[in-house]
Amino acid sequence: MTTLTDPPKESFRLSMLIYDTRYRSLTIQVVAMMGFMLLAAWLINNTLTNLATLGKPIDFGFFRDPASYDINQRLLDYTSRDTHLRASFIGLLNTLVVAVLGCITATVVGVLVGVLRLSSNWLVARIMTVYVEMFRNVPVLLWIVLVMAILIESLPAPRAFRGEEPTATMNFFDTVAVTNRGVYIPEPLFSRSLGDISLFGASSMRFNISLDLIAILVVLGVCIFAVRKVTARANRIQEATGDRPTTWYINLGILVLPMAALLVALGFHLGYPALKGFNFQGGTHLRNSLIALWLALSLYTAAFIAEIVRGGILAISKGQTEAAGALGLRPNRIMSLVVLPQALRVIIPPLISNYLNLTKNSSLAIAVGYMDITGTLGGITMNQTGRELECVLLLMLVYLSISLLISAVMNWYNNRVKLVER
Amino acid sequence: MADTSFVRTEMLPEQSPPLTSVGVLGWLRANLFSNLWNTILTVISLAFIGYLLAGLIPWVFQSVWVADSLNECREVMNATWGDTHGHACWAVIRERWLQLTFGFYPSELYWRPILAFVLLFGALAPVLFPWAPRWLLYVTAAYPFLFPWLMWGGTIWAPLMVAAGLAVGYFAHKFVEPILGGLAGMIIAVLAVIVWWLFLVGPLSGVLASIIPIGLEPVESRNFGGFMLSIMIGVVAIGVSLPIGIVLALGRQSDLLIVKAICVGFIEFIRGVPLITLLFVASTLLNIFMPPGTNFDIILRVMIMVTLFAAAYMAEVIRGGLAALPKGQYEGADSLGLDYWQSQRLIIMPQALKISIPGIVSTFIGIFKDTTLVSIIGLLDPLGLSNAIRADAAWNGIYWELFAFIAFLFFIFCFGMSRYSMYLERRLRTDHR
Repeated sequence: MTTLTDPPKESFRLSMLIYDTRYRSLTIQVVAMMGFMLLAAWLINNTLTNLATLGKPIDFGFFRDPASYDINQRLLDYTSRDTHLRASFIGLLNTLVVAVLGCITATVVGVLVGVLRLSSNWLVARIMTVYVEMFRNVPVLLWIVLVMAILIESLPAPRAFRGEEPTATMNFFDTVAVTNRGVYIPEPLFSRSLGDISLFGASSMRFNISLDLIAILVVLGVCIFAVRKVTARANRIQEATGDRPTTWYINLGILVLPMAALLVALGFHLGYPALKGFNFQGGTHLRNSLIALWLALSLYTAAFIAEIVRGGILAISKGQTEAAGALGLRPNRIMSLVVLPQALRVIIPPLISNYLNLTKNSSLAIAVGYMDITGTLGGITMNQTGRELECVLLLMLVYLSISLLISAVMNWYNNRVKLVER
Repeated sequence: MADTSFVRTEMLPEQSPPLTSVGVLGWLRANLFSNLWNTILTVISLAFIGYLLAGLIPWVFQSVWVADSLNECREVMNATWGDTHGHACWAVIRERWLQLTFGFYPSELYWRPILAFVLLFGALAPVLFPWAPRWLLYVTAAYPFLFPWLMWGGTIWAPLMVAAGLAVGYFAHKFVEPILGGLAGMIIAVLAVIVWWLFLVGPLSGVLASIIPIGLEPVESRNFGGFMLSIMIGVVAIGVSLPIGIVLALGRQSDLLIVKAICVGFIEFIRGVPLITLLFVASTLLNIFMPPGTNFDIILRVMIMVTLFAAAYMAEVIRGGLAALPKGQYEGADSLGLDYWQSQRLIIMPQALKISIPGIVSTFIGIFKDTTLVSIIGLLDPLGLSNAIRADAAWNGIYWELFAFIAFLFFIFCFGMSRYSMYLERRLRTDHR
């Protein structure tokens, strides 16, 4: 007969904190926490001691002082008498401008190159491979500086456009002037403008929004809504009867007519740049720094996007295409209904993280003197005020917020398109 | 009834395929001219390539190699070809290539970075290639101590004493472990090494250096520059970030809540900010974070920040590899009775690292490219030097040649790394295909 006895009841011993897996994780975490707190305390203590010695305690008051430097490429009004806060705000907008422009261009170029790399045409595929390898294996900063150098050194000066026999002429029917001081493009003007609305009064964040722009956006939104309605109706009819009513001319009319009417009502016309004195006047002036940054970042990121697109398309097995073909779909419908929805699931997450990289790389603007947030807050403001700690921390905070925002969008998308398994 | 049926009893001889579907013609047809659209693309591409080569070949080969300034270059071009456009002025590279390679490192000491570079290959070979002789592993072990001594110079006793710290730790562990047990032995060994490095290395090497003065002429950090600097920062960041990245990835995957939170916080913070802000920290803030009076070298500070930056990215790549492993591998390791570190070392990491090779190498490439950012905080890497050269009156206005040279060197390194990763993937492939 066997007797079951309880194992001897162990009393808690100190060594169990280390050798017993039930308690060990607790020990490790407490030790890690203590180590982390000690490290943080040590760093903060050092910082406070050092700052006290330097005689500049942490203080964000300098943001209210006049910045007294100029920002030449800007979206909103700004003078050198404005505050450092205003300057940083303008810088932040500049960062966003170059990031958005860059993302759009990089996506267009990247998708094109990625698709062409898969082309059955051997030569085209090779050229695209060379493009991708060339841009992926050379630092982006070098591309930025190189494009800047090309723009400054090889383009004609404004005075080359002057005189009886100018050595340079404007492009696109005298509407665009490409000079070594930047590119002048026509600007949209409204002769019967609705005016602006000013947000935030006279504060550093003051923001003028053109009512014309709002009107255009509203009309565009309404038109797109109407187009979707028309398409939905066409889908309904197709499902009920099998015949799809022709909708393209209705859609075209909805999109074009109201917009044209609005533009005429607002007195829309283009203001062309013209040579006056030593420089071009009128039009929108895109500085070299913006163009260099935009072009280099787009081309660089496009090489990465091309690889992502290529990988995404290759990830869809050939059977999918063949099966869709067997169902009787036409090639463009196969692409839009079968391949793309699946490929996008693979493509979009790394695509968004490349947008994030582009946004972070836009901080290299400081190398060509484009006044983005790094150039203002982390550049001149920091050097003028000597507030390194505050400036760098704020700068990091700004970029961190942008990154987290983009990551949040990515997570939302990932959850939305996630394959629901079992 | 006449037998009219005909049965062939022997095979017909094979006909050769039509001329247009084999050989060069067939290839051309299949790959370049298969339909109208393809033909158009081919013609456009050919025109593009032709245009490019027509400009590039004379530019590269009909070029000036000997001149003292851009103006002299242009005079030579005018005299030889009658125009100044479309010809490269490689004279700037010829004059400045030493500077672009070594920065302002004293020229009589060039053998030291060169030796360090050669030894680097010796140290890397046994790690990278299976056919390299195994004794080279000693070079690998000695290299971390040899490298700073060769580059910065100074007494040999400092690196020797630092290396001796490891021996101190080993002996401390060996003597303490039988008495106090494994864990206490480990803790005391680590403490002994830290005490040795922090408090004893300096005085001891000072004493030894005054008794037996063996050493190299010291070189100041501000003389470092060019590709030497890029490679130095890149190699240190790459080498150190891998182990840190592994630890961070394991921390992020772990069940320990606090450890995980710390790792996630660190990784997401570093990945959320651009490298340039971290370099600002290195150039302006790192000294503020340290105890008053500490003032360590700018290159070292940059190396620390770049390493932390690389480690966060590395951690994410390795986490991807860990996540891609089937759960059965973890459970299998557990069921064999392996403890956490054993299972990581023997089962998990070899597979996870293998999966993440492409990601790891592309992180390496990214880090090496990102070393150019140090030019923004005033270090003289190739890009920083190119700015200095372009600001020089003699070479004012030159850009293609300089940037082409720098881009070419970067391309060689980065492309080489990506090819190596492909080789490694092939070598480590264990599935049967």
